[in-house]
Amino acid sequence: MTDGKVICGESHLNDSIEYAFASDLMSDVLTLRITNFLLITGLANIQSVRTAEMSDLKYILFARDKKITEEMIELAEENDMMIISTPYSVFKTSGILYGAGLKPVY
Amino acid sequence: MIMELEYKVEGGDFTQAGYASSQVKKVLKQLGINPIVIKRVVVALYEAEVNIVAHAYRGVITAFLNEDGIRLVLDDEGPGIPDIDQAMVKGYSTASKEVREMGFGAGMGLPNIKDNADEFDIVSEVGKGTRLNIFIKYI
Repeated sequence: MTDGKVICGESHLNDSIEYAFASDLMSDVLTLRITNFLLITGLANIQSVRTAEMSDLKYILFARDKKITEEMIELAEENDMMIISTPYSVFKTSGILYGAGLKPVY
Repeated sequence: MIMELEYKVEGGDFTQAGYASSQVKKVLKQLGINPIVIKRVVVALYEAEVNIVAHAYRGVITAFLNEDGIRLVLDDEGPGIPDIDQAMVKGYSTASKEVREMGFGAGMGLPNIKDNADEFDIVSEVGKGTRLNIFIKYI
């Protein structure tokens, strides 16, 4: 749906998730109490993956074909996470996934 | 006390920010601590660790795993916080552009630490450094 490419964590391809949260502000992600959700972000750096690690979330979708470094992939693999990259913007990605039934955290 | 863990943190080193929090998380998981408690501990610790990297020259994180909960003490050498009440206000931040580019520096860190902690206090001396004392009970 989002023309996404799986960068790592193929084993999670058949997982089902109910919620998604879109943010480039990692402090905002860290305020969430739920754990099993998809993070949609345009912020591609090691701290995005660290934030996912601390938040106990397994799925990150990076928008706008952002560069995913080896260091980010290593950290994601170490924590059994799935990283997907899409050429679409955060807005378009969120719209498509919301339309497909993913629920907002708020 | 069951266990004590200590980590050094270098100011300005964003590639390593979160390393200590990650190590603490691994130990807590191995010990079978409740996942809700682990998340509260590591979110508070990670925000505090990022603050050391963002604002201080260097710091030491000590995690005390006690019988009743986990105490985190973060001591840094740095500029200190001139007005702690103001620093605790949501949205207030003195973070650099570099910190903001990492997804932080929106003035949410200290309030988020407080929300996750059962006890939280800050002692700071301008020109010397800051100490955060965080306690989170087991459930």
